Amino acid sequence: MARVGVFVCFCGANIADFVDVPKVIEETKKIREVKYAIEYKYMCSDPGQQMIRDAIVQQKLTSVVVAACSPRMHEKTFRKALSDAGMNPYLLEVANIREHSSWVHQKDKKAATDKAADLIRMAVAKSIANEQLHEISVPVTKRALVIGGGIAGIQAALDIADARIPVTLIEKSPSIGGRMAQLDETFPTLDCSQCILTPKMVDVASHPYIELIPYSEVIELTGYVGNYKAKIRKKASYVNFSNCTGCGACWLKCPVKVPNEYNMNIDKRKAIYTPFPQAVPNKPVIDAEHCTMLLKGKCGICAKVCEKGAIDFKMQDEVIEREIGAVVIATGYDLWDPKPYEEYGVGRFKDIITSLEFERMVSANGPSGGLPLRPSDGKVPKNVVFIKCIGSRDESKGIEYCSKICCMYTAKHVVLLHHKVHDSHAYVFYMDIRAAGKGYEEFVKKAQVDTAATYLRGRVSKIYKKGDKLMVRGEDAQIGQVVEVEADLVVLATAITAPKDNPALARLLGVSYDKYGFMSEAHPKLRPVETAKAGIFLAGCTQAPKDIPDTVAQASACAAKVCGLFAGDTMKKDPMISKVNTEFCSGCLNCIQVCPYQAIVEEEIPMGHGSKEMRTVSKINEGVCQGCGSCVAICRSMAISLAGFTDPQIINEIVAI
Amino acid sequence: METQIKETQGNVVSIENPGIVAPANWQPVIMGILCNWCSYAGSDLTGTSRTQYPPNIRIIRVPCSSRVDPWFIIKSLQTTADGVLVSGCHPGDCHYIAGNYYARRRFLVIKKLLNFVGYHENRVQFSWVSAAEGPKFAKVVQKVTDDIKKLGPLHKYKKENLK
Ligand SMILES: Cc1cc2nc3c(=O)[nH]c(=O)nc-3n(C[C@H](O)[C@H](O)[C@H](O)COP(=O)(O)OP(=O)(O)OC[C@H]3O[C@@H](n4cnc5c(N)ncnc54)[C@H](O)[C@@H]3O)c2cc1C
Ligand code: SF4
Ligand code: SF4
Repeated sequence: MARVGVFVCFCGANIADFVDVPKVIEETKKIREVKYAIEYKYMCSDPGQQMIRDAIVQQKLTSVVVAACSPRMHEKTFRKALSDAGMNPYLLEVANIREHSSWVHQKDKKAATDKAADLIRMAVAKSIANEQLHEISVPVTKRALVIGGGIAGIQAALDIADARIPVTLIEKSPSIGGRMAQLDETFPTLDCSQCILTPKMVDVASHPYIELIPYSEVIELTGYVGNYKAKIRKKASYVNFSNCTGCGACWLKCPVKVPNEYNMNIDKRKAIYTPFPQAVPNKPVIDAEHCTMLLKGKCGICAKVCEKGAIDFKMQDEVIEREIGAVVIATGYDLWDPKPYEEYGVGRFKDIITSLEFERMVSANGPSGGLPLRPSDGKVPKNVVFIKCIGSRDESKGIEYCSKICCMYTAKHVVLLHHKVHDSHAYVFYMDIRAAGKGYEEFVKKAQVDTAATYLRGRVSKIYKKGDKLMVRGEDAQIGQVVEVEADLVVLATAITAPKDNPALARLLGVSYDKYGFMSEAHPKLRPVETAKAGIFLAGCTQAPKDIPDTVAQASACAAKVCGLFAGDTMKKDPMISKVNTEFCSGCLNCIQVCPYQAIVEEEIPMGHGSKEMRTVSKINEGVCQGCGSCVAICRSMAISLAGFTDPQIINEIVAI
Repeated sequence: METQIKETQGNVVSIENPGIVAPANWQPVIMGILCNWCSYAGSDLTGTSRTQYPPNIRIIRVPCSSRVDPWFIIKSLQTTADGVLVSGCHPGDCHYIAGNYYARRRFLVIKKLLNFVGYHENRVQFSWVSAAEGPKFAKVVQKVTDDIKKLGPLHKYKKENLK
């Protein structure tokens, strides 16, 4: 026979003023299973908790009901009181008589009192069906997988590895570094990007706890938090890295020229190449789409000139498997293609370039040795027009959101132009200047003063050609007039977009992404680096456009999350999850379809005891199940039960009043 | 079925069983089944902000609206309740990614079924209330209570009447 103890809280006057607590106690004592009922001023206080602990022991209670504030407030507190008294904490039920009664029926004490008594009846009835539950502990594989080797992935990998947790860092391209490796100097301090980035890249390569797998992608992820298994496809590089010394004889001699992605296709690279001189690893790969030996069996020069015999045209893609406990997604961003801006003559006029192309040109290691040049005639431009928000904040042609960094890097470009071409003049067409960040507003102000650039507030409506110049017509909203600027070069600050592969990758990993293709965080404010899938985290622009400081901060936050997850040898998990009773399971497998976490799998079990014939049932992986209960409600055989919210518990509540 | 709502001399008549009449001060019982993350949190907020609503609802907490088995609704109508309110997260906001979508589809079917068996369509209602919508929760409860009061006591298929 159940022996339930009920503890009714006054919550000072919060409950006692609007609910007749003695009457509630009197009603509660009429319930057959209630062996003990008492009120107190503050149940959550130490003496209040002591009353519960004492009663559990003295009254030999089998379950406890605390009638007080919402379980969302103090369920944990009271559960702890139960376990301190040696009782299973899950034998607690909380009747929410404050938020659900005394606070919302303040003008009708009788109704509030009746309702409080009912809520207690329901909680008592439920508690009778409560079962003892125990925290689940799941073993963890202490290795993290970082996907993407931009500054986000690099920072996350280094921070995790510094905590002596092994990391596998995979990068799609032949080198780590990401977009940051393409930048010249960086706002707001104008330190050289390469100078601050390359030491970190070298650290990655030499770190004893980091395994770097370049030129690779994830193709499968199975398992669950702490226990994932990843399949990684390592693309054939056709160069045996253990023999190759990176001397460069091969790419000097290779006759095939290919547009150079690193330099935004402004110049050419070879078919066998390292993306840039400071690449990590500093070993070449053969681009199979362009190498004539691989395409047509003709050439093979690189193999002839390579003294180490490192070239291997027979190399195949390789699939590597790694067991890991956590994943950091750091796949960065793409840039929006400005083609829809036809009225600007994008695609027709050679002297319209994008900001990243400008960035490459002004970079010391860029295709023009650090000078901006007009693509049409190679001349140094004098008048340069920068147009911001290309694609950003433009629902009709581009996307709704603000790309966040373009205001800042355009101000930077104005400064860089001024540094490189002293007699130049910059014009900036802008909608707003958004310079929120430490030292950002100051940076923009200083840029405007130092360079005497002309900032024009308004959209550009048209660009047309006049001789070898481009005429940029736009509105200067501040004077309310149409202005025309004669430009030698036009630079478009194109929007930051999610990598094209993000949706496919998200589906493969089982995480969600937003309508733009950015990976979705679990909560926009309180869980910004976690995904909804336990053990998978987000760093950098893959989640939303951001600059380097924010990217690095997020990457370090991911590392902290991963280290937290791996702090013990096992992970504790809430026991309120679902379980299949295979005796009842008919094998319809409807549950598999509704589980949002792919926690349910098919299993073959013998028809009967000792029988050779097999039948299919479903099985829930307790590491993956999050306890939503979808499967329980869909199961026609009533074979699944969700601990803490079982059918008997809920039905008891329903019929209690 | 007849959807015209009758009132006779201040008494409340059960819409499904016109023979059943309750006194004018009759108070219905409404079973509220709320998901933990959005609607239950929203109902807590109604309390924290002291927004007042009719005291007829009795709230049951479930993790997700997708946990709500049609059985819970039917059992409520058969035993203690004159009406049922199920409330979950807004579409797209589900704590469990997509649970509320399943719930939504399931509820459409249940509603049709209950209607077919002879329950007035307003006996069972669904709403989507977020954790931030304290005032909305109060409005929903007010509306459901008003609706059910008009329908009168629920008698049809009550267990005790089936003997
Ligand atoms: C023109 C321009 C100028 C800028 N100037 C500045 C500046 O001055 N200061 C500043 O703070 N910020 C600046 N930024 C912003 C800066 O580039 C970003 O904040 C930063 O690069 C974000 O780093 P990330 O690691 O998130 O992304 P990325 O640098 O894009 O790195 C992502 C990496 O992941 C790899 N990857 C992608 N998909 C996969 C996959 N499926 N599997 C494996 N690997 C994958 C990519 O190859 C890449 O190496 C500028 C941006 C632009 C466009
Ligand atoms: S075999 Fe391919 S990579 Fe090597 S030199 Fe020829 S074209 Fe270049
Ligand atoms: S309770 Fe939810 S998460 Fe767990 S197995 Fe069932 S459907 Fe999946």
